Amino acid sequence: MKLLTHNMLTSHVKGVTKGYPLLIKATEVKVNEVDFNPQFVTRMIPKLEWSALVHAAEELGQRQDLPDELVPEYENNEEFLKKVHRVLLEVEVIEGCLRCPESGREFPISRGIPNMLLNEDEV
Amino acid sequence: MKLKELESWLQQVDAFEEPKILLEQYPTSPHISACMLYTIQNTFNDIEGKLVADLGCGCGVLSIGAAMLAAGLCVGFDIDNDALDIFRRNAEEFEISNVDLVQCDLASLEAEAYAKKFDTFLWAAITMAKTAVYSLHKTTTREHIQKKANDWGVKMEVIAELRYDLPASYKFHKKKSPLLNLIKGSVERKPFLDEKKHPAVIKLQLFFEKLVSWKIVIPKVVLE
Repeated sequence: MKLLTHNMLTSHVKGVTKGYPLLIKATEVKVNEVDFNPQFVTRMIPKLEWSALVHAAEELGQRQDLPDELVPEYENNEEFLKKVHRVLLEVEVIEGCLRCPESGREFPISRGIPNMLLNEDEV
Repeated sequence: MKLKELESWLQQVDAFEEPKILLEQYPTSPHISACMLYTIQNTFNDIEGKLVADLGCGCGVLSIGAAMLAAGLCVGFDIDNDALDIFRRNAEEFEISNVDLVQCDLASLEAEAYAKKFDTFLWAAITMAKTAVYSLHKTTTREHIQKKANDWGVKMEVIAELRYDLPASYKFHKKKSPLLNLIKGSVERKPFLDEKKHPAVIKLQLFFEKLVSWKIVIPKVVLE
């Protein structure tokens, strides 16, 4: 599970009003090489919940020097975009779980795939 | 990448080992997948550098194709563990790094939230490029879909009949190649389908001209 994907996932447990962001508990994390596309990163940034991304990266010990707030004019800042690229696409949670911040329900991640399926009574 | 090249890559993607009848799992043929993805990219530029969602991704043939056409990231969503396992194997084998997989029930996905984030949706073997939902359905389910469409306030048109080379993998399938209808739904109420901002009708015509020229679609009289 990449952090770009994580940034979009919410918990849909019955009764939960804000199942976002999901907390990450990782037992295995990998960092892979993914081709850098600055335009893609630039376009993704406004779609992100920035603080959720920073928090997630921190939970994985992969935050490095990612800032709390977006830097101004990031479109032209290749160094910054590369940092974002790394955190969004290159860092992957292989084993662990996601936890709904409201209900505490845990969603396992195995072999890089988060399982968001709910039981019948949770839907 | 040329169409032929994409198609030959997709032919090597592993499909379902034992398709599950209850989940209605059909692999999308490499030929159709390649044609569709190629059209979506070349005519509409909706894959390269985009955030793509593959809803009901199965073994990932469309996602892998999208990744090969340089999608920024293609996220596959499916309910089935076994299919996702095959998808993951496929991605490893082809060394595809710009895909991600999520196991979930599509029925419980909050469409609106995801609609704002993703650029392009691949769904049930065809696309929903921000404005219109295109989906493939068997002829026999058309009436059922029309009823659902009416319930949801969705305007539905049967656009074309597609020759779909589905092998008789299920014992009860007597016909070898069921005709599938290409259905366009334009939802009048949901916010992400705003036809004034995105001329879906024009896109649709172009899309079909391409598919017709490749002889994989037989245009049919539009019902509405």
